[in-house]
Amino acid sequence: MDTFAALAHGMAVAVQPMNLLYALIGVFLGTAVGVLPGIGPALTVALLLPVTYKLDPGGSLIMFAGIYYGGMYGGSTTAILINTPGESASMATALEGNKMAKAGRGGPALATSAIGSFVAGTIATIGLAFLAPWLVDFAVRFGPEDYFALMCVAFVTVSATFGDSPIRGLTSLFIGLTLGLVGIDKLTGQARLAFGVPELLDGVEVTTLAVGLFAVGEALYVASRRHHTEEKLEPVRGSLWMTKEDWKRSWKPWLRGTMFGFPIGALPAGGAEIPTFLSYSTEKRLTKHPEEFGKGAIEGVAGPEAANNASAAGTLVPLLTLGLPTSATAAMMLAGFQQYGLNPGPLLFAERPDLVWGLIASLFIANCMLLVLNLPLVGLWVRLLAIPQPWLYAGILVFATMGTIAAKPSVVELSMLAGFGVLGFLMRRFDFPIAPVVVGLILGPIAESQLRRALAISLGDPMALLQSPISATLLGIALVALLAPFVLKGMGRFKANED
Amino acid sequence: MTSGDPVQPPRRVDRAGIVIAALLAVLAAVLVWDARGLQSTAMYGMGPEAMPVVVATGLALLAIGNFIDALRGNLPARESADPVPVVLILVGLALLIAIIGLGGGFILATSALFVTTSAAFGRRAVLVDSIIALVMSTLIYLAFDRLLTLSLPTGPLERLL
Repeated sequence: MDTFAALAHGMAVAVQPMNLLYALIGVFLGTAVGVLPGIGPALTVALLLPVTYKLDPGGSLIMFAGIYYGGMYGGSTTAILINTPGESASMATALEGNKMAKAGRGGPALATSAIGSFVAGTIATIGLAFLAPWLVDFAVRFGPEDYFALMCVAFVTVSATFGDSPIRGLTSLFIGLTLGLVGIDKLTGQARLAFGVPELLDGVEVTTLAVGLFAVGEALYVASRRHHTEEKLEPVRGSLWMTKEDWKRSWKPWLRGTMFGFPIGALPAGGAEIPTFLSYSTEKRLTKHPEEFGKGAIEGVAGPEAANNASAAGTLVPLLTLGLPTSATAAMMLAGFQQYGLNPGPLLFAERPDLVWGLIASLFIANCMLLVLNLPLVGLWVRLLAIPQPWLYAGILVFATMGTIAAKPSVVELSMLAGFGVLGFLMRRFDFPIAPVVVGLILGPIAESQLRRALAISLGDPMALLQSPISATLLGIALVALLAPFVLKGMGRFKANED
Repeated sequence: MTSGDPVQPPRRVDRAGIVIAALLAVLAAVLVWDARGLQSTAMYGMGPEAMPVVVATGLALLAIGNFIDALRGNLPARESADPVPVVLILVGLALLIAIIGLGGGFILATSALFVTTSAAFGRRAVLVDSIIALVMSTLIYLAFDRLLTLSLPTGPLERLL
């Protein structure tokens, strides 16, 4: 019953007129930015962070919830209409959705993805509301050594287990860990890797890194290979609405997609690709219309879209209860919390229940708003997609730099942004995953301080890490997850884990 | 990301991969060099120099791993890339940084970036793009500076508003 009371309280916070307005603005901006080709939800959140700078934490987090879900909806619209998934989690949607759009069934494809996202998002948010307090009860017993072990699991799963090549994933992670070392050491006040530059003493800003890697890097990459691809926007023809047959074929995939997405998203393993592809292959096997797969089967849109949204809500479970971001989008959400000095985790549930539950309640509201907004406004989103590429990317870069200019208008910070852009370009070019860099930057310093605290408590005895059963188990899982891809080399592996 | 026309046949020594491995090794060396200047004040457990050394060790191991991958030609195939637009965008970023650094203000700086990026993506109408850029960045400036009260850098143009 606690959960109901807390959720009701959260609802009371979220339905205040000002907060509803914030949610609406967030949903609108999130969809508008997310619909732009090449922009995934992580970048949407990163680009829109500065818009929330001047709001109070509650309002800003509520706007964030809207931006997050809005960015997801926008991304699937792009995947269906021009076959450029902004993120690999939309790849499965693009497979069938774009075929449907080409066959003149773009409307039903958009509708099943919108309604499926709503169904999945709602169920998964309910899951989040019930799972979170339970996990918080468990997490309060965690000592520093357990947190350190948990971060090791996240490091390994985010970078090594699900990527194309564990070596390249780990390389990305260690670049992130290196960046996390920059700045003043919190325990001794000594500067590390600052090279006498005062701006570096505060460390590397997460938003600067993320916007540089995702926005600037993506613009450079697309520009460098402009001669390769021709994007074609499919006009939305015919009816927007789903027929009775469409409904009949969609509702089961929605529910199955949710069942794949939420649990996998909630594990500290991260990534929405696995549930989306699991859902895609399941639907392909179970369908009564196997001949339509590859030519635009509605099940192939409904299932993966639901899985994608459910796993997005799932990643909020480790983020809110443990402070553990397992995807680039979750990392950006964490950056949003940190700009107010808030650290998600069991303590936040105890100290600021209004914030946490207000956020969870806003997820429900954002979901409903999207369902109402998305389909009637589809004409507007399609027009956004038609912006010519030169202006589109020029505008993206202006917005990307604006965030940094507004936060820290210094030559050093802007040079870092440009430098991270070049890094992002090279990583895309040489096929290194990008999310582990962001996760490394955020989690590296936290893992270090937890480890140092654990060792200080144990008077320097490293065996303390193995004496706690939780920590020993987690370290064991991390070790297995690290070694498994090397052992299983040659067997079919999952595709790159980019979010 | 990896589909398309491969520039080189697989199973050849990949020179770019060797450079990547070398850069990782250099980064590891920089970490160790920087950590040597730190004083360990912790009575028990780890001081501030421990973590850089751990990360440096990891980087060194990964440098070896990347080196082996490069020798075996294990890197994913790459498509040909056109350097001209990349350089154009970087010039735009350099202009933006210079204009902000010299006090030229937000509108001029972002307009310069807009025009160069647009040119990098194949537009040749510099004059039209400049007008669009100036109007757009002025609107952004007004919206964010006045409505959201974010402080954006001011230059000659912003003072006229």
